[in-house]
Amino acid sequence: MSVTPSAEITVPKLRSATILSMLKKGLRASGRGLTDFRPIEIVPGYVPNADGSALVKLGNTVVIAGVKLEVGSPYPDTPNEGALVVSAEFMPTASPTFEPGPPDENAIELARVIDRSLREIKAIDMEKLVIVPGRRVWVVYVDIYVLDHDGNLVDASSIAALAALMDTKLPKVEVDELGNVKVDRNSRSGPLQLRHKVVTVSIAKAENVLFVDPDIEEERVCETKLVITVSDDGRIAGMQKSGLGALSVEEVVRATEIALKVSKDLLVIVEKSLTRPT
Amino acid sequence: MSSKEARRVLVVPGEVICEGEFKVLSPNYIVKVDGKYVATAIGLAQINDDSRELSFIPLEGCYVPQVDDIVIGYVVDVGLTYWEVDIRAPFTATLYAVDFLGRPVNPAKEDLSSYLSTGDTVIAKVEVFDRSRGPIITTKGKGLGKVIQGTIVEISPVKVARVIGRRGSMHQLLRSETGCDITVARNGRILISCPNKELEDILIMAILKIEREAHIPGLTDRIKEFIIREKVKRGLISGEGKAT
Amino acid sequence: MGRVKLLREDGLRHDGRKPDELRPIRMQVGVLNKASGSALVEYGATKVLAAVHGPREIPQKHLLLPNRAILRCRYHMLTFSTHERKSPAPSRREIELSKVIREALEPVVMAEVFPRTAIDIFIEVINADGGTRTASVTAASLALADAGIPMRDLVVGVAVGKVDGVLVLDIDEVEDMYGEADMPVAVAPSLGLVTLLQLNGVLTREEFDEALKLALKGAQVIYNIARETLKSRYLGVKVEE
Repeated sequence: MSVTPSAEITVPKLRSATILSMLKKGLRASGRGLTDFRPIEIVPGYVPNADGSALVKLGNTVVIAGVKLEVGSPYPDTPNEGALVVSAEFMPTASPTFEPGPPDENAIELARVIDRSLREIKAIDMEKLVIVPGRRVWVVYVDIYVLDHDGNLVDASSIAALAALMDTKLPKVEVDELGNVKVDRNSRSGPLQLRHKVVTVSIAKAENVLFVDPDIEEERVCETKLVITVSDDGRIAGMQKSGLGALSVEEVVRATEIALKVSKDLLVIVEKSLTRPT
Repeated sequence: MSSKEARRVLVVPGEVICEGEFKVLSPNYIVKVDGKYVATAIGLAQINDDSRELSFIPLEGCYVPQVDDIVIGYVVDVGLTYWEVDIRAPFTATLYAVDFLGRPVNPAKEDLSSYLSTGDTVIAKVEVFDRSRGPIITTKGKGLGKVIQGTIVEISPVKVARVIGRRGSMHQLLRSETGCDITVARNGRILISCPNKELEDILIMAILKIEREAHIPGLTDRIKEFIIREKVKRGLISGEGKAT
Repeated sequence: MGRVKLLREDGLRHDGRKPDELRPIRMQVGVLNKASGSALVEYGATKVLAAVHGPREIPQKHLLLPNRAILRCRYHMLTFSTHERKSPAPSRREIELSKVIREALEPVVMAEVFPRTAIDIFIEVINADGGTRTASVTAASLALADAGIPMRDLVVGVAVGKVDGVLVLDIDEVEDMYGEADMPVAVAPSLGLVTLLQLNGVLTREEFDEALKLALKGAQVIYNIARETLKSRYLGVKVEE
């Protein structure tokens, strides 16, 4: 059952009043503008044993995403396509309010938002993941772990997932006459083919002011968020209102405009981090 | 409160009642959005253009205790020094033994269930109800205490005002037409005690009719006719309205 | 997999509807005896029952809040509500939808009236043919109104989809499964607020604006039906002569 959350950590009223009055003037405590992200640091290939991985720091928020490829059966309705499975966990390291245990509704929501962002636009070229047509395909597991929580976990996770997928190289496989598949993880057949690159932009709303990349304090004072997924060809590839409040129609339209604009810079940052010579 | 000129409209949540400047007498049920008064529940909005007052009669809803309300409750749990009483509110009420018995109790020697046990009925008054705790009720006062006889009729708590009527007119009518003793508690429980079974039946039917037709004007006259008709049907009075 | 044709030669949809046409919508309130409020809502073959209990005290006191009621919401599908039997264990989809539906209702419920209590909303999908979450929002808001819980507005939901390149209102299961996009929206029309917005699929900026407009148009029709349904319970009462 989904329950109205209690404010895990109370933001003192004096503090929230300051944040809100600054926002109304278009200012933020950190000195950022309303559509500025915090500094983004991406470390691709952070986990050598993964088939693809990335550590992402968005300000003080730290997320690690890893990709593992496993040979599996295709879904019956898509016999000639690989499969995608996205999951997310909020680790107890990330916040004193995170408990160990199965993912809660917030982690499930985050994973499903990222899953749809990648799936609906067919970001991964699934047809290239067939090993034995109709029988054996690559299953792409994207697992996201939130290590440190300072707000905007969705965008940090979406950047990490994209970077990890761009970092992914397919292991070499051999198929014998009987159709048995042998995986050799020591050698790689090539990179995972992506048809589109997507990122989410979470727009927070407080006092009718819209702004991007809320830190944890801003998240606690904001009324609601609208997560908008944007693709590299400038289309909207997913959306999710998340949080207690609501938005006017005009705010939804304005949020979309902001996301379309800001996403371009994010995609450039991810692209650069992966092309940098290592 | 509202004068005779008050207009009544059936409204639902989100529906605009009127514009302008009014004094809102039912703040939980009428809110101001963009200069317009909007209903927050299904009910009858009463607009008094002369006194510039807005009030609201909800047609659905639970009982929300207010201090000094008379309530009828059922004992649901017995503690060492208090009883827990269901008063149909979001919270169970507490009745302290010291209040009910009028003397301190020694939990080591006395078992409170020998005075009131689960399932017993009490008439009580809400003594304390604030945002810090559940309601505390008292049985100190005339007519309050354990109920030992009578019949309880339950109606929706939001319809209680109609059974009482303006300045008690409906309550008065029911009592004089049936000769029954009627205690209308704010939480929608009505204790009746009647001279005979036939009058009790008529009274119960009349109360349920009030509940059903609470929002339709001309209620008092309809109820009066109804009771007379039922009495005639049962031979309690002759067709001319005289007692047989 | 054969490509399923969702738009016919004459521009109508596979079930004969026009692109901006809703399915037949039916609503009933007060369908349950023991609940504080209840509603049964049907969008075509999609059938959803909602029940509200409370405001009430709950044993899990640590969940309660000092300044408002908490809302607890469960979106749940009956095992036989879908083509394939749904496992009775709660799915990740149900967990997510319970959250977004609760968050669609939070903006309108005047929770501050009942501090330290819980308002429980149980939604049972009886038959699923697309649009179950949006029908759920409509049913839950009617059940809350039926329970007499103060709300600033009713919330109603409707999904817009894109099939064969065309934006269509109130998509059913087939259109959801084979279409290009599914955008469930819930609005509080009188307040002009969007309280649930999801997009599963891909739309251009222009398509999105168009889809939002179409959703608002459909929501207004559903809103009017919801209002009439609530009122008809009382207007329908005949004075017994």
